[in-house]
Amino acid sequence: MALNPAMPILSARASVRTETLLVRLVLLLLSLGFLTFVVVLPLVAVFAQALDKGVGAYLAALTQPETAAAIKLTLITAAIAVPLNTVFGVAAAWAIAKFRFPGRNILLTLIDLPFTVSPVISGLVFVLLFGSRGVFGAWLEAHDIKIVFATPGIVLATIFVTFPFVAREILPALQEAGNASEEAGLTLGAGGWRILFRITLPRIKWALIYGVILCNARAMGEFGAVSVVSGHIRGLTNTIPLQVEILYNEYDFVGAFAVASLLTLLALATLVVKKLVERRENKAS
Amino acid sequence: MLNVQVENLTKRFASVGAPAVLAASFEAPAGGITTLLGPSGSGKTTVLRIIAGLERADEGRVLVGGSDIMNVPVRERDFGFVFQSFALFDHMSVRENVAFGLRVRKMPDADVQKRVDELLELVQLDGHGDKFPLQLSGGQRQRVGFARALAPHPKLLLLDEPFGALDARVRAELREWLRHLHEITHLTTIMVTHDQEEALDLSDCLVVMDQGKIQQAGTPAQIYEHPASSFVASFVGSANILQGHVHNGRARFGADSLTMPSTASDGSQVQAVVRPHDIRVERATVDANPSHRPSGRIQRIADLGTYIKLDLNLVTNEIVTVHISRKEFEALGLRKGESVLVDLDSARVFVEDYAI
Repeated sequence: MALNPAMPILSARASVRTETLLVRLVLLLLSLGFLTFVVVLPLVAVFAQALDKGVGAYLAALTQPETAAAIKLTLITAAIAVPLNTVFGVAAAWAIAKFRFPGRNILLTLIDLPFTVSPVISGLVFVLLFGSRGVFGAWLEAHDIKIVFATPGIVLATIFVTFPFVAREILPALQEAGNASEEAGLTLGAGGWRILFRITLPRIKWALIYGVILCNARAMGEFGAVSVVSGHIRGLTNTIPLQVEILYNEYDFVGAFAVASLLTLLALATLVVKKLVERRENKAS
Repeated sequence: MLNVQVENLTKRFASVGAPAVLAASFEAPAGGITTLLGPSGSGKTTVLRIIAGLERADEGRVLVGGSDIMNVPVRERDFGFVFQSFALFDHMSVRENVAFGLRVRKMPDADVQKRVDELLELVQLDGHGDKFPLQLSGGQRQRVGFARALAPHPKLLLLDEPFGALDARVRAELREWLRHLHEITHLTTIMVTHDQEEALDLSDCLVVMDQGKIQQAGTPAQIYEHPASSFVASFVGSANILQGHVHNGRARFGADSLTMPSTASDGSQVQAVVRPHDIRVERATVDANPSHRPSGRIQRIADLGTYIKLDLNLVTNEIVTVHISRKEFEALGLRKGESVLVDLDSARVFVEDYAI
């Protein structure tokens, strides 16, 4: 045994590759074919349709006032929802990772709720709460505050649907890292904010960035919940996904796919950043 | 330099079950190294963390230089703490790690740089300042940990298994290095370890803990020579423990040839703790005297370089470990399976009441 330590490694390697060439080829073609059909073709179709009548028509479709308003509303929604969920996510993940308190498991379960509840219901909840016949409806009307079928409702629904992303992404990073670095900071005399900004956040930076990107992608792309609270008022309460649906239903295929291509590009950009983040993480460890 | 008095510390993590620390009291002399030694789960790390302020005691207090620190927050205690896991800030350079405690104290940048240079030299890492922790070896990382802890001129140095994450060779090197460092700084140091060799080697004062209680405190020599219990004897230095009883003023351990004088009353159960190097082995002779009959058989011989380790199977089926010098081993010409006479009389034997 001791004479040739390389032997067992070689035989182990050989045993992994016992499949014949044919089997490997079939498996490869099967998975590639499936991916092409399910992922690549639709992706190509989006851009092909969007550019069907040329770049000019594509740009015109994007700059049309109602579409421009939808893009603006989506950006505003994301600009409010993402920072709020980042702060909330960091606070919740910190509490769960660092402390043992009554209700910790409930908080952990609640964070996952938006993942498990249908987005339509998430939207409906806000209609039931803030709609004209809702719990706070009369009071809101009396004070002339509009939430449902207005921007605040869209923002609320988006926040609800996207709040798990940041917390879920950074929780494993926080738990894995343990408390020692923070304790080291404490013994060196640092206060809570300095520890958060100089020690904890830099350490979970990449997980945080990835969580924020995922949160943003979902905030911009959310359809179900936003659709329920939006009221589909053109140029006012339509976000990008809702605008896609309207244009498509009106047989404006170039317009629909041009707007859809924006979300597709966002998805591709998200994947690229995800890859970069993973590479940085691998380098760090 | 300040001394540390730990008085009656008690800590429970769960409302039920045994406390992690129970009524622990000891004194760490000013300017010395005090070691908390014990198996894992003995509560030694909890005591250290209470002193640091990272854990809150349920009862008892800690006095540093005579003043009670129990209500001083961690950040204001000014104690350097070195972690087993290093706990370095991986996203900061070595320099910034060392500078962290100085920047917290708002020291001007020029002074920070000067102090960092001093410390990097002290821990022999000059030239590594711009590297990041993950580019360093384990031993180097822990020296950064020491430099970071020492930079703000702490009142005490608290070490939580500082060499626990390092391999044996680096451990030994860093042990020498720590002794040297302490000779320079003379900072009152409290260290936690489960490595008895490390503890015996470095400590001015040794505190042996088990199951949350302090078993014995004293100088390493006191504890090695006069252990207070069989636990202490077997944990500090290796030891064989033999069960026996007293008959006619002699403790008897299984065989007629394994007896020794005892002051305990007849019939009482006793425990003998015998250091492996205190047992003498002789060739058995054919003799009418029962005390000269073979009392053990050599089961295993291991050549450990500096000495030979013998595992002897006694007539009572107990196994004792014996260390004899290479010279003695060769003179006796011992072989595996041979029967030998085991002489405990020349051994230092600790006999205690064997209570159940």
